[in-house]
Amino acid sequence: MDARDDHVLIDVRNVVKIYRMGEVEVPALRGVSLQIRRGELLSIMGPSGSGKSTLMNILGCLDQPTAGEYYLDGVNVGELDDNALAVIRNRRIGFVFQNFNLLPRTTALQNVELPLIYAGVGLRERRERAIAALEAVGLGDRIHHRPTELSGGQQQRVAIARALVTHPSIILADEPTGNLDSKSGKEIVAIFQRLNRQEGITVVFVTHDPEVAACTRRIIRLRDGLVESDEPREADCVYLEPEPAPAEAGTPGSLT
Amino acid sequence: MMYLLESLRIALRGLSANKLRSALTMLGIIIGVAAVITLLSVGQGVQTLVTSSLESIGTNLLFVFPGNIQSMGAGARFTTAAYLTLRDADAIRNEVANITAIAPSLQGTADVEYGKTTIRTTLIGTTPEYGPVRNYQPADGTFLTPEHQATGARVAVLGWRLASKLFPPDVYPIGQTIKINRIPFRVIGVLKEKGGGSFGSQDDVVMVPLSVAQQRLYPNRRSPAGEPLISVIDVQVDSQKHMDSVAAGITDVLRQLHRLKPEDDNDFTVISQADLISIFGQITGVLTIFLGAIAGISLLVGGIGIMNIMLVSVTERTREIGIRKAVGAKRRDILLQFLIEALVLSLIGGAFGIMLGIAGALVVDRLSADLTTVITPQAILLATGFSAAVGLFFGIYPASRAARLNPIEALRYE
Ligand SMILES: Nc1ncnc2c1ncn2[C@@H]1O[C@H](COP(=O)(O)OP(=O)(O)O)[C@@H](O)[C@H]1O
Ligand SMILES: [Mg+2]
Repeated sequence: MDARDDHVLIDVRNVVKIYRMGEVEVPALRGVSLQIRRGELLSIMGPSGSGKSTLMNILGCLDQPTAGEYYLDGVNVGELDDNALAVIRNRRIGFVFQNFNLLPRTTALQNVELPLIYAGVGLRERRERAIAALEAVGLGDRIHHRPTELSGGQQQRVAIARALVTHPSIILADEPTGNLDSKSGKEIVAIFQRLNRQEGITVVFVTHDPEVAACTRRIIRLRDGLVESDEPREADCVYLEPEPAPAEAGTPGSLT
Repeated sequence: MMYLLESLRIALRGLSANKLRSALTMLGIIIGVAAVITLLSVGQGVQTLVTSSLESIGTNLLFVFPGNIQSMGAGARFTTAAYLTLRDADAIRNEVANITAIAPSLQGTADVEYGKTTIRTTLIGTTPEYGPVRNYQPADGTFLTPEHQATGARVAVLGWRLASKLFPPDVYPIGQTIKINRIPFRVIGVLKEKGGGSFGSQDDVVMVPLSVAQQRLYPNRRSPAGEPLISVIDVQVDSQKHMDSVAAGITDVLRQLHRLKPEDDNDFTVISQADLISIFGQITGVLTIFLGAIAGISLLVGGIGIMNIMLVSVTERTREIGIRKAVGAKRRDILLQFLIEALVLSLIGGAFGIMLGIAGALVVDRLSADLTTVITPQAILLATGFSAAVGLFFGIYPASRAARLNPIEALRYE
């Protein structure tokens, strides 16, 4: 089962991002162009400081490019105001961070409910959907734990549940396995593969680990704020879980 | 609106996450609101007390004082000396219509002595008409009579509280001999308790015939021409509707008697009971506002405390704000969250403050004999509104700072 089609979801054209630190201008992206189709599973690699996070933040509508255009599903993001960007972050995109970025002193369930609060979803539906999302990442038995009571891998799974609870079309993950041991990292990647194959969610993640990158069907390499290479590798993609037989697949629409 | 409810929930969670700090922040508001409530209620109580005391003095009264109260201190120029004598009282009695009774009096302080007890108190030398004019009635014995006045008898009538302080319980005051400024007087009456408790002194007075006060007790209080002075003339008018005409009549008579030229100011003052009530009402009103303003300052300080804590809280929770924005919170959501936090702080503080303020007012009420503190709904509304306004005003800046944070920078914040 392959969810890819030819619909271009992300279309980045000549994007430049310059950070200004007082007098000094730091060019983080110097003209990046790339297209991502619906249903892709790809990784972004590159040395530290090459602009990976900057690119992810722009893709995630957390930041705006200094120059160039970014079309998300045909909409020019550069023309949107603050509120519209917030709505896109809320409905269309799920963001996963290297350091999890969960609210401390707040249970897993409450963390996962957070995007739904801002989506205006009512209390009961919110709870049901958050529980379903936590079950989808295998944390159905930890919903009332606080971040400090969870391992790194579990925290990152809470973060993934938070990213996917609004049924986004894209999940963006900036070094999601960077703070995890390799076993937990594999589990996270397996979840991304499953979400991609079963839900058709477009997944883009940044990684330094070639083994993790090997689990994607495309690798984009950045260097000094430019795309160095963009390599499709359908055939070599390593799947961490066997593709479920169509008959055994969960009921349509369920997250597990 | 669900947004508000959600924001309230988030805000409450945020506040309860740091209970001690929330409580300390509230303390400023609590004290401010309590001070506003207590002081306003005391002010109101003073106002009510003054009004009821003035009303209890008698009805339809005019008071004539020597000197011009209005131009006093403002460079008053008197062509004649500012004093009143019995001749003034007689002229008013004889020439002004619609007067029921008139009672000149000479007032001062005196040492009243019985056995080993000496009490310094207010002495009123006056005529028998003072009784009915001022609603003084004897509880025991009699009031001053025209005969006492005419013969200069050394007799005294005591306020009930003075009598109870002066005499042991087993001594019947009537017929006893007391000493006033070392001169022996015979007690002929004890007055009934005056309702309204006017400044606490109406029941502590000692009264003697005017002639005795002028000749024996205060022989030095005389005009340059050697005439004995009086301090005030109480005039009772037959009905409310004649108050103005009688006041005008008194003014005419006295101006003539004092030989004032048309361009001269009055060298006396005619004031009605209603004037007194409104003058004292104004004074206590200003006092109340002043007290309220002082309390308001402490509320303001409490508000600055809220702003301070909210600013700290925004800085501390920069990362949280970044996370909320990353998952789709709009500026409005963040603004509302912090604004509601500030509002909840100030309103909960306000609620505690109101309770404390009411308690304070009750304590003052209990501690003072005459004062009945009055807690008006307006004071409570004012305090509530004020604390809400303080919360909003001092919350809006930190909240809008939070709302304007850039999500990326907020997430980078350590
Ligand atoms: N907020 C910022 N202000 C200034 N410079 C920044 C900022 N964010 C990133 N940079 C700079 O931009 C470049 C790219 O950073 P980043 O996108 O974080 O790289 P990567 O994620 O690939 O390690 C780096 O040189 C970094 O120092
Ligand atoms: Mg990075």
